[in-house]
Amino acid sequence: MIRFENVGLRYGMGPEILRDISFHLPERSFQFLSGPSGAGKTTLLRLLFLSLKPTRGLITVFGKDRSRITPRDLPLMRRKIGVVFQDFRLLDHMTTYDNVALPLRVRGREEASYRADVIELLKWVGLGERMHVLPPVLSGGEKQRAAIARALIEQPRILLADEPTGNVDPPLARRLLRLFIELNRLGTAVMIATHDLGLMEQVDARRMVLSGGRLEIHD
Amino acid sequence: MIEPRRLAGIAAGKVAGAAAQALPALRRRPQRKAAPIVPPQNVAGSALILVIAIMTFLSCLTLGAVTLVRDTASAWQTQIAREATIQIKPQDGLDMEAALETARQVAAGFSGVRGATVVDRAATQRLLEPWLGAGFDIDGLPVPRLVIVTIDPAGPPDFAAMRETLAVAVPQAILDDHRTWVDRLVAMANTTVTIGVSVLALMLAATVLAIVFATRGAMAGNGHIIEVLHFVGAEARFIAGEFRRHFLFTGMKGAAAGGLAAVVVFAAFSWWSSRNLATPQADQATALFGNFAIGPAGYAGVVLIVVVVGALTAATSHLTVVSYLGDIDTTRREG
Repeated sequence: MIRFENVGLRYGMGPEILRDISFHLPERSFQFLSGPSGAGKTTLLRLLFLSLKPTRGLITVFGKDRSRITPRDLPLMRRKIGVVFQDFRLLDHMTTYDNVALPLRVRGREEASYRADVIELLKWVGLGERMHVLPPVLSGGEKQRAAIARALIEQPRILLADEPTGNVDPPLARRLLRLFIELNRLGTAVMIATHDLGLMEQVDARRMVLSGGRLEIHD
Repeated sequence: MIEPRRLAGIAAGKVAGAAAQALPALRRRPQRKAAPIVPPQNVAGSALILVIAIMTFLSCLTLGAVTLVRDTASAWQTQIAREATIQIKPQDGLDMEAALETARQVAAGFSGVRGATVVDRAATQRLLEPWLGAGFDIDGLPVPRLVIVTIDPAGPPDFAAMRETLAVAVPQAILDDHRTWVDRLVAMANTTVTIGVSVLALMLAATVLAIVFATRGAMAGNGHIIEVLHFVGAEARFIAGEFRRHFLFTGMKGAAAGGLAAVVVFAAFSWWSSRNLATPQADQATALFGNFAIGPAGYAGVVLIVVVVGALTAATSHLTVVSYLGDIDTTRREG
């Protein structure tokens, strides 16, 4: 589904942040991406999310060469990739419902055509009672789940989550992890960037460890 | 959209049961209005409206002033160019009344002359009263007499030929076509209008820059919205369109307020000058600027400025979004 071959990336004229990164993310796979702070986890996620272009190497996303994907193609490609940001990036002037429905709204769909689906998904992530609440009123865990629901509303083929349990307590972290596992069971590939060893030990999944700009994979 | 297979999986859970119960009630609700993608108002937005209103007001005032000066200068020129004067100086043995009549007939005979009128003794006496007092004997003084020649401004007569003919028919006659005055006035009016247009150009340039910077300032607080829209798969033209619409509305609101305030100022001046037509303080202003009305061209200019300011605000927000989107996917490092 997504393949990296000898990928390297540097910002401007700075040093290489990522070096010779090669891996393959198959359909329906589940993996953790870990490594110390500043190792380049977010940068690797941005590459996966097509928000950056590599300075060298080859990236193939859904069978397409990254270097041949034009800015015009990007929105369509991004709809197949769900992202949960570390800082949630919910829009504070919109209710939880509006935030989750946003990816469908920007496609120009009528609200009547997706209303039931959004409500169903909000119930699934446990935010049924909070759908008309603005994000500043939500707790950290609720914000996280709203961000996850927004990433899932378009049924992406892969979900990328950047430190999804970084701001929540251990019980909620376990609950969120179960949500990701359930999602993976239903057919979506999942990659969770985290440095929480406790979280990784709860699931027998592939671990990709970034260190010094290089990637080690432990299947 | 959640596919049926997935929904079936979810429905197995307890949560979905609650959702199934809640859905009919939610569906029965009237269609709710979705929150606007760009937040309706914030402090930067209010400041932008204020800046736009003030700059539009000043631009409209400048435009109105230039329109007023241009129209007044044009009116001065037309009024003076519409008349010429034949002056006949008294001389021993000259039959003044006959000379005046001869001169009048000579002038009236030229094409481009709409009429020629002798300023009679009574009228001449009235003209001189402010200087010589009432009841003076006009026959006791060597007072020159005048023939007023009314000219068709569209096709004026041949003044050189008229001057030659008059020199033969009435040697004491001097034809004054006010050319010197008209030339001076034209030069003065052109200078005034040029200065006015330069001030207007500077004012508009300042308005453009102020609006561009104020719009960019207001946009700076919306960077996270652009990013989120971008990352949830919105197309660039959708994002730019949302911001363009929002800022067009904001710009038009501020510009309309500024333009309206300027129109009110002009209407108030016009009303004041028409109410004080016969008073000494208004006479000075009226003599210079007519009745202070900026006319249809002035009002059209105000409308044009309002529309241009609105379009400028929208265009600036559009370009800012496009530039921001280009930046997101290229250079920025997040950690």
